[in-house]
Amino acid sequence: MNPTPAGTAPAAGAGAPARQQPAPLLRRILLQGKYEALAMLRNGEQLILAVVLPLLALVGLTVTPFLDGLGPSRIDVAVPGILALCAMSTAFTGQGIATGFDRRYGVLRFLSTTPLGRGGLIAGKVLSVLVVLCLQIAVVAAVGFGLGWQPTAAGWVPGLLLLALGAAAFTALGLLVAGTVRPEATLAITNLLWILLGALGGIVIPAERLPAAAQQIVGLLPSGALGEALRDAFLHGALNGAASLILVLWTVTAGAAAIRWFKWN
Amino acid sequence: MLRVVSGVSLSAERGQVTALLGANGAGKTTTLECAQGLQKRSGGSISLLGQDPATAGAELRSRVGVMLQDGGLPPSARPVPLLRHIAGLYAHPWPVDNLIQRLGIDTFSRTTVRRLSGGQKQRLALAAALVGRPEVLFLDEPSAGLDPQSRQLVFELIGELRDSGMGIILTTHLMDDAQRLADYVYIIDGGRNVAEGTVQELLQRGPAVDAGADHVRTLTFDAKPGLDLSGVLPDDVLVLEERAGSYTATGALTPRHLATLAEWWAAHDVMPAAMTLQARSLEDVFLDISGKDIR
Repeated sequence: MNPTPAGTAPAAGAGAPARQQPAPLLRRILLQGKYEALAMLRNGEQLILAVVLPLLALVGLTVTPFLDGLGPSRIDVAVPGILALCAMSTAFTGQGIATGFDRRYGVLRFLSTTPLGRGGLIAGKVLSVLVVLCLQIAVVAAVGFGLGWQPTAAGWVPGLLLLALGAAAFTALGLLVAGTVRPEATLAITNLLWILLGALGGIVIPAERLPAAAQQIVGLLPSGALGEALRDAFLHGALNGAASLILVLWTVTAGAAAIRWFKWN
Repeated sequence: MLRVVSGVSLSAERGQVTALLGANGAGKTTTLECAQGLQKRSGGSISLLGQDPATAGAELRSRVGVMLQDGGLPPSARPVPLLRHIAGLYAHPWPVDNLIQRLGIDTFSRTTVRRLSGGQKQRLALAAALVGRPEVLFLDEPSAGLDPQSRQLVFELIGELRDSGMGIILTTHLMDDAQRLADYVYIIDGGRNVAEGTVQELLQRGPAVDAGADHVRTLTFDAKPGLDLSGVLPDDVLVLEERAGSYTATGALTPRHLATLAEWWAAHDVMPAAMTLQARSLEDVFLDISGKDIR
């Protein structure tokens, strides 16, 4: 950094670096990811959505009989679903709402004129989702262990990969909504879907506990696929290929739609 | 396809302030956004520091600063962390502490963007555009919402930046600002540029000047409506009753003209209620060119 005397304009000529350069790409993305993650963690409403409500749901599922008979204990069945709910909270609802309002206030347009650019902005958002998701996993796992959660050791690798895949699918869906409708509508749509998919989308309550007519549909939803795949991973140490494929399809389709229809202003 | 801008051709030099003037909806912001790479154009060509902004990458963006009309700042952000974040995107940013001091941001550094006044937001948006020490600076309505002190500060800074060799392109619909700041002016109307030149060159335009006058002034006076002033002053002075009882005489006004008019008032028992003599302004030129209809 070249210090400039106080009270003077930056010289574009003598004494200044010959030509401005962008900071390295990785640094730009890391900076944006950190900035967005801190903004998310400082937002009270986002924290409620990302941590408080999932923890309340976790405790609720351990004191009610909804999950009885689906695994060794209620907590073993509940934690994978809550982790999936965390991914949806942060990547879809939280990120969607934040992006929608950033779009409203011209933040996306301004940042896309800086060296960050549109690609760096999206990469920063994805990174911030992953950072917040890691914190959520740590908190939920800690509370889960405290409540007696005993995951299969072999389930951690596929479980974490599936969470990353689920976060990608939900981020793409969140950006699609945020980039195509007004922010107020994004707020309504993402919150409503969080409630509907959280309660009836197969994410915390497995499909077999839902009405028969809904079971087939739920399995095709990103919420149902992620919930099912995570339960298979942490209960049985297995990678659910069909559910993983469904998540990949959602990611690719929503990502392509977001690229095609996302409006920056 | 909606054509918002068609027929705009302009260039801007380093070390100059180039102003785009136009009424609301004239196409100023669209022109600027195409130049910044924010909007795709369907035709024509744009070269910014030798590159096409629509396809250029981070290297070009690092050399260009943009202050958007709506600021583009996150409402929940505080000024200093925001500026430090943006500075981190550049290899050689303007020292943030210096910029904060220069633009008086230290007086509201702990306030979130959503709670800032319009002028404070403008100063912060200007700082965000400058923190990358750009070679080219785009300013969309930079003085909107500024109080007189802030306006003075921003204008001084723009002058210094120009003198340091920065190329500055600004849009405004405030003619006083353009007259004070701009080295070269483009007037845009209906999505095309209809006039261009230095401020002095544009001030020389108009019906009276076309008749060969060098020093165009406007005399405005209020008197009883319906006075027949035809033939009182020579033909190279344009006399109009702009609205009932409000008259203007525009042209190369001399003391002789003023005396002639005063003699006519005396002869017809007319006592003006108010009277001002002004040099022709950029606003007069603008209204001559783009008309007086509300857009």
